[in-house]
Amino acid sequence: MTAVADTPAPLDKALAKPILEVKEVSLTFGGVTALDNVSFDIHEHEIRAIIGPNGAGKSSMLNVINGFYQPQSGSITYKGVTRSRMRPYVSAAQGIARTFQNIALFRGMTTLDNIMTGRLLKMRRGLLWQALHWGPARTEELEHREFVEHVIDFLEIQAIRKTPVGTLPYGLQKRVELGRALAAEPDLLLLDEPMAGMNVEEKEDMCRFILDVNEEFGTTIALIEHDMRVVMDISDHVAVLDYGRKIADGTPDEVRNNQDVIDAYLGVVHDTDKAG
Amino acid sequence: MSGRGTTLAEGDSFPKLLISNAALRGARPAMREKEFGIWQSWTWAEALDEVRALACGLAAAGLKRGDKLAIIGDNRPQLYWSMVAAQAIGAVPVPMYQDSIAKELAFVLTHAEARFAMVEDQEQVDKLLEIREIQEKAGESSFEKIIYKDQRGMRNYGESFMESLADLQAAGRAYDAEHPEFFDAEVAKGNGSDLAIMLYTSGTTGNPKGVMLSNDNIIITARNTAELDGLCDSDETVAYLPMAWVGDNVFSLGQSYTTGFCVSCPESTATVMFDIREIGPTFFFAPPRIFENILTQVMIRMEDASYIKRWMFKFFMDLARRVGPSILDGRPVSALDRAGYALGRVLIYGPLMNTLGFSRIRLAYTAGEAIGPDIFDFYRSLGMNLKQLYGMTEGAVFVTAQPDGEVKTDTVGKPSPGVDIKIDESGEVIFRSPGVFLEYYKNPQATAGVKTADGWYHTGDAGFFDADGHLKIIDRAKDVGKLNDGTLFAPKYLENKLKFFPHISEAVVFGDQRDEAVAFINIDLEAVGSWAERLGITYGSYRELAAEPRVYDLIKGEIAEVNRDLAKDAHLVGSQIHRFLILHKELDADDGELTRTRKVRRSFVAEKYESLVVALYSGADHAEIETEVTYEDGRKGTMKADLAIASAATVTAPATAPMKLAS
Repeated sequence: MTAVADTPAPLDKALAKPILEVKEVSLTFGGVTALDNVSFDIHEHEIRAIIGPNGAGKSSMLNVINGFYQPQSGSITYKGVTRSRMRPYVSAAQGIARTFQNIALFRGMTTLDNIMTGRLLKMRRGLLWQALHWGPARTEELEHREFVEHVIDFLEIQAIRKTPVGTLPYGLQKRVELGRALAAEPDLLLLDEPMAGMNVEEKEDMCRFILDVNEEFGTTIALIEHDMRVVMDISDHVAVLDYGRKIADGTPDEVRNNQDVIDAYLGVVHDTDKAG
Repeated sequence: MSGRGTTLAEGDSFPKLLISNAALRGARPAMREKEFGIWQSWTWAEALDEVRALACGLAAAGLKRGDKLAIIGDNRPQLYWSMVAAQAIGAVPVPMYQDSIAKELAFVLTHAEARFAMVEDQEQVDKLLEIREIQEKAGESSFEKIIYKDQRGMRNYGESFMESLADLQAAGRAYDAEHPEFFDAEVAKGNGSDLAIMLYTSGTTGNPKGVMLSNDNIIITARNTAELDGLCDSDETVAYLPMAWVGDNVFSLGQSYTTGFCVSCPESTATVMFDIREIGPTFFFAPPRIFENILTQVMIRMEDASYIKRWMFKFFMDLARRVGPSILDGRPVSALDRAGYALGRVLIYGPLMNTLGFSRIRLAYTAGEAIGPDIFDFYRSLGMNLKQLYGMTEGAVFVTAQPDGEVKTDTVGKPSPGVDIKIDESGEVIFRSPGVFLEYYKNPQATAGVKTADGWYHTGDAGFFDADGHLKIIDRAKDVGKLNDGTLFAPKYLENKLKFFPHISEAVVFGDQRDEAVAFINIDLEAVGSWAERLGITYGSYRELAAEPRVYDLIKGEIAEVNRDLAKDAHLVGSQIHRFLILHKELDADDGELTRTRKVRRSFVAEKYESLVVALYSGADHAEIETEVTYEDGRKGTMKADLAIASAATVTAPATAPMKLAS
């Protein structure tokens, strides 16, 4: 049946190659070391979590991956090309999309328009054509609109299609932001605390969407999250950062039982204190 | 085709009606659904093609004549077609409430012995898998196949007994190509007396019962009423109420398939109001609750409007309330008012109805519970032909309906075509009609309890016909009592009348086997509070406000109004409320005075406040009471109060006689 042939075969995550490799990356701001010689990789089609206490360097890591920050040393290999730094426009053009810890939507625009902006890099016609809104530009816009409608359907936000996002509750704004990232048809999706500030029900919905994106479209996802339970439930691999260093990396079970991780999260009595 | 196509489709089953419609009006739209932001539509010819493929697919998958097909999901064209497809091959669709939890579904699925289930999406599939596990553990036979419409999220389900609707239809088309005569031959085997559908009623007591309705039950009832209301194939409606509810079946399938009008399915439950606005239905049904919500939203939005707009709205709405219903019913209205109303239509009524999506409505019905007169009049004064009907699953909806031009707020209208209604000696409404159901599935005892051998159905509702031949439903028959002089006493009817006043949040009326009716009143803290604020009355608590003499006067005036209204009716004139008191505390479910669904537990309240009831009948002007209250943190305490008792004005004779006020 043709419908079956169109969709990717069931994912065998064990066999997947890395889509992104971060090697010995260090990032400093003046005297502060945000990332200290961090290496890890993200395999195709997996959900990769990066966790750690506040100030551990999680967001910095994402910003390095999508080129917003330039690391002082180290390299990033994305889709087989090794670079000493990514650049934001390169990463976007090459299929990396992201959401932000503090929602960064156009508050006065509707949900639909916000998600349409995610299609920007896919638009072929120039400004003049778009302004004329006629002929090929119109045909193209209709195609993009159709894709956006699929995203809206996927995220079940039909009811707020024409609502300005500034008036929406926080949980829905997060969902719209995810929609905008999905509209770019990313190969690698970076989610910066997608569940921060949500209630339990909103968190469950968001988990469902993240898993669905991963399973239905095969999108690779790297996410930063504070809620440990969420991370352990949905991730394939977890990297743990603490004071800019990677202290653990593995499956949720391995990480859960790692003594360094437990210490980092619960705090540990220092030897000097013991002596005193 | 142009103009109003009033040719009715021919056939004594839904598949036959569908074939007839495809021949009569093949190019007209049969169904629409909003998907991906665009209204997709299917013509009658396309609908027939879809149903044919589904029917052949179901047959190829092993669904046999007499088997039950469970249907669970929101209103979707594919699910409606599945019902007709099942009927085409002699199987019986059993739609179920899509928001039921697994436990509730399990009873119905097991009781109906459904072999196949057609569901909308993963959410329903998960529930069915949960049920299947329970059924298997209990050693009960379980369903054999699940067919799902949405592929979303279904990737990791490997179970062999599951199939997508698209695959089923593809297999059906292949089967159809091999056996081209199959579909028509199967459809020809069906006839009017066949079981068409089983609908489970959400029993308030005991387990749900499966109401079996025949093709004739639904089709004859639908055809009669559609003709009476002049429905035709250019009408439009939106199917947004649960498919498991009999009304949706009669409106969205029965009347649509007999007259050929188009039924539109909303995009999602959250978008219903937007979708109604886009479609602009000409025929619309909603329970009172929905009409009330819409009105509340309008009022809230008006409060935020500018002064001029608010003034215009008030001016024209006052005019509309005065003359709108008369204009709608074609009664004489002065030329000046007529001109004012025409201006109002341009400035207020038209734009308002358009905003709500009601500007094309020719016919609207409401039913299910009593609708507040204010709400009912609001829509009628705007020019919407809103009418009330009375019906139930066991009667294929229509028992009575209000004819055009004869609409009253407190009746449910005249018998629908073909319906005989009698009031038996106990005051219970019984009727016989083409719509009276066959029986309850596997429950002959329950059937015998409500349906006589010669086809009379006992509704369990108490009612009577008013002077114009309109049926008035007053209460459940078992709750109706008698005053000592033999007058009918319907407490819920009286309480509802009181609660239509915004100042009264709850009322408990006593009178069964007494000389006269008396009432406990709970005031609505918010409504009375803002009234008190405007008058400069200060109060510290609910209790203080409830004891305020001016509040007593306010309530006294409202009860007098209810009494005047009751006096207009020979059956009810005796049950006017003579004395009342305002309770010092709000009735509360935590104290056991209300059920969790906020219904008054009358006998419990009577027992708990016995001393107050005694005082109401003793003629005293105040009464002391000590009650136990449960605070929100679970602690208990006692509350002492001295309550005033007041008398309300009553009318001693029917309204035809000069009004005389008693003490």
